[in-house]
Amino acid sequence: MNIELIIGILNIVLISTTPLVFAGIGELVTEKSGVLNLGLEGLMLVGAVTGFITLVLTGNYFYSLFFSIISGVILSGIFAFLVLNLMTNQIATGLALTIFGIGLSAMLGKKFAGTPIDGLNPYYFIVISFLLVFLVGYFLSKTKSGLIVRAVGENHNSAYALGYNVIKIRYLTIIFGGVMSSLAGYYISICYAPMWQEGMTAGRGWIALALVVFATWKPWRLLVGAYIFGGVAIMQMNLQAIGVKLPGQFFNMMPYIATLIVLVFISSNKVRLKLSAPSCLNIPYEKNS
Amino acid sequence: MVFLIRVQLREDYSNLIFYLSPLVAVALTLFFGSFIFLILDLSPIESFKIFFMSPISNSYGISELFVKATPLAIIALGLSYCFKNNIYNIGAEGQLTMGAIFGGGIGLLFNDSTSVFLLPLMILFGAIGGAFWATIPAILKTKFNTNEILTSLMLTYVALFILDYFVVGPWKDPAGYGLPKSMPFPDAGRLPVLFDGLRVHIGVYFAIIICFITYIVYNKTLFGFKLKVSGLSSKASQYAGFKYKNLIFYTFIISGACAGLAGLFEVSGPIGLLYRDISPNYGFTAIIVAFLGRLNPFGIILSSLLIALTYLGAEDAQLFLKIPSAVGFVFQGLVLFFLLGTDFLNKYRVFIK
Repeated sequence: MNIELIIGILNIVLISTTPLVFAGIGELVTEKSGVLNLGLEGLMLVGAVTGFITLVLTGNYFYSLFFSIISGVILSGIFAFLVLNLMTNQIATGLALTIFGIGLSAMLGKKFAGTPIDGLNPYYFIVISFLLVFLVGYFLSKTKSGLIVRAVGENHNSAYALGYNVIKIRYLTIIFGGVMSSLAGYYISICYAPMWQEGMTAGRGWIALALVVFATWKPWRLLVGAYIFGGVAIMQMNLQAIGVKLPGQFFNMMPYIATLIVLVFISSNKVRLKLSAPSCLNIPYEKNS
Repeated sequence: MVFLIRVQLREDYSNLIFYLSPLVAVALTLFFGSFIFLILDLSPIESFKIFFMSPISNSYGISELFVKATPLAIIALGLSYCFKNNIYNIGAEGQLTMGAIFGGGIGLLFNDSTSVFLLPLMILFGAIGGAFWATIPAILKTKFNTNEILTSLMLTYVALFILDYFVVGPWKDPAGYGLPKSMPFPDAGRLPVLFDGLRVHIGVYFAIIICFITYIVYNKTLFGFKLKVSGLSSKASQYAGFKYKNLIFYTFIISGACAGLAGLFEVSGPIGLLYRDISPNYGFTAIIVAFLGRLNPFGIILSSLLIALTYLGAEDAQLFLKIPSAVGFVFQGLVLFFLLGTDFLNKYRVFIK
C-alpha cells in the first residue's frame, strides 16, 4: 500500500459518505424533537430528481438547488401536517412518504433518465456537511433554542406547560430534516453520480436512519459513524479487489448489525436509554389530553 | 373573514366512519391520481381504465390479481396481530425473505426428491424461518427493552443481504451462466396451481383459511380478547394479569410465520427458484394493506385485492401508457396518506365557524 492509494481511498470515502451525513444530521434534529420520520429515502429521491430536472431544464445550479430544497419543504411539510395536526401514526406516515417518494421520483424522472449533465464539485458540499454537523452540535447543546428543541423531544407536555409551541417547533425540525434529506439526494444526483436513475439512492435513507441510532442521537458521533459506515462500504470493494475471500454481503450488513448492537446496549439500561434516546420519540402529542 | 377550525375529541365511537374512511381514502386517491395523469398529459379516464379495468378483464388477469393479493393478504393478516397489540413489526419484508431462504433451502437440499412430503416440509420451514427472524426483535424487545420498530427494520436489510449471499455464493446454479440465482426447485417442491395455464396457486386457500382463523381468534377466544385489551392499554392488560411479554412473543411469531409462509409461497409458486428480488416490497406494502383493511380479517382480504390491483395496473400502465411502473407506489403512498388523514375524523369532530 502506498500513500497515493490510501489518499485515493480516503477521497472516495469522503465523497461517498457525505449524503449519509446530510440525511443523518437532518433526521437527528427531527428525532431530537421527538418525531421519527421514516420517509428519508423518499425525500432523498424526490430531492434528487427535482434538482436534476431543474438543472436539465434551466442549466442553472442555483435554481436546481432551490427547487430541490422546495421539494423537501413541501413533502416534509405534508408529513408534518399529518403527524402533528392530524396526529397520524408516525411509522405508517413515514413509510407512506417513502413509498410515495419512490413512485413520484420515478415518474417525474422517466424522461430525464440518462441525460448527461455537468456535475458540481462535491468538495463544497463536503465542507458544508462538516460545518452543518458543527452547527447542529452547537445549536443543540449550547443555544437556548436547541435546549427548547430537546425539551420538546424529552417531554412535550412539560414543554407545552412551559409555554412552548410544541407543534410549531416540531414543524420546524421536521422541515429541517426534510431539507437535509433533499440536499443529500441533490448531492447524489448532481455531484456524486452525476445523473438520474430510478431508485438511485439505493437504501442510503435507511442507513442514515440506522446511523442516527448508532450515534445515540449525538451529532459528533453521527459524523464519525457516517465515516465508519461509508468506509466499510468502500473497504469491501477494495478488499475484494485485493482478493480477500470474505463475502461482500457481510460488509454490507455491518451498519445494520452494528446499529442493532448499539440499540441493545443503550436500551438494556434505563438510565442509559434516558441519556441517549429522546423520551418522546414516536409518541404523538395531543393537546387535549 | 376568518375561518376558525375547531376540533373536539369524539366521545362516541363511530363504527360507520371507521369502516367508511378506507372508501373515502380510495376516492381521494383516485381524485388526486387523475391530476397526476393530467400532468403527464394523459386522459384520466382512459388511464384509469388501463390502470384498474384492463388488468382484470380476462381470466389471466384475474389469476394474476390473486397471485399478487395472496402474499399481501397473508402477511397483512399476520401483521394485524402485532398492530392490534400495538407492536410495530415493520420487518415483514425480512421475515418473508427468511421464510424463502429456509423453505427454499429445503427445496434445494432435496433437489432430486419426488416425495409428496417435500412441499409440506418446505412450507413448514418457510413458516419457521419467518417466525425465527421475528423472534429476534421479540427477544430484544422483551429482554432488553429495545425498540421493535428499529430492530425489525434493521433485520430486514440483514435478511436481504443473507439471501444475496446465498444466491451469489453457495446456492448459485452452476448451470446458470453465473447469474445470481439458484437452481429451480424440483417439481415436488412447486406449489400446485389451481387452473392449468394460470399462475394462481393453492396459497389462496391458505389466505382464506388464515383469514377465518384470525376472525375466530379475534372474536371468540381469550387470546383475541387479551390482544384487544393490551392494544388499548398495555398497563391495563398487565393489571389484569395478562402476561404482556408473552403476548409480544406470540404476536411476533404469528406475524413472522405468516410472512415466512408468504415468502415460501412466492418462491415455490410463481418464481420457482431463489434469486435476489423475490419480493416487490410485499412486506412493506402489506403494512398499508393491514391499515387499509382496518386490521379486520375480511377487510384485509378486500384491501389486499385493491392493492394487488395497483401492482397490476402499474405494470399495464408501463406497457400501454409508457409511464414507469413505480406509479403504483404513488397510488399506494397516496392511499395510505389519505387513510391516515381521514382517521382524524374518526377520533375528532371538526367544526368550522
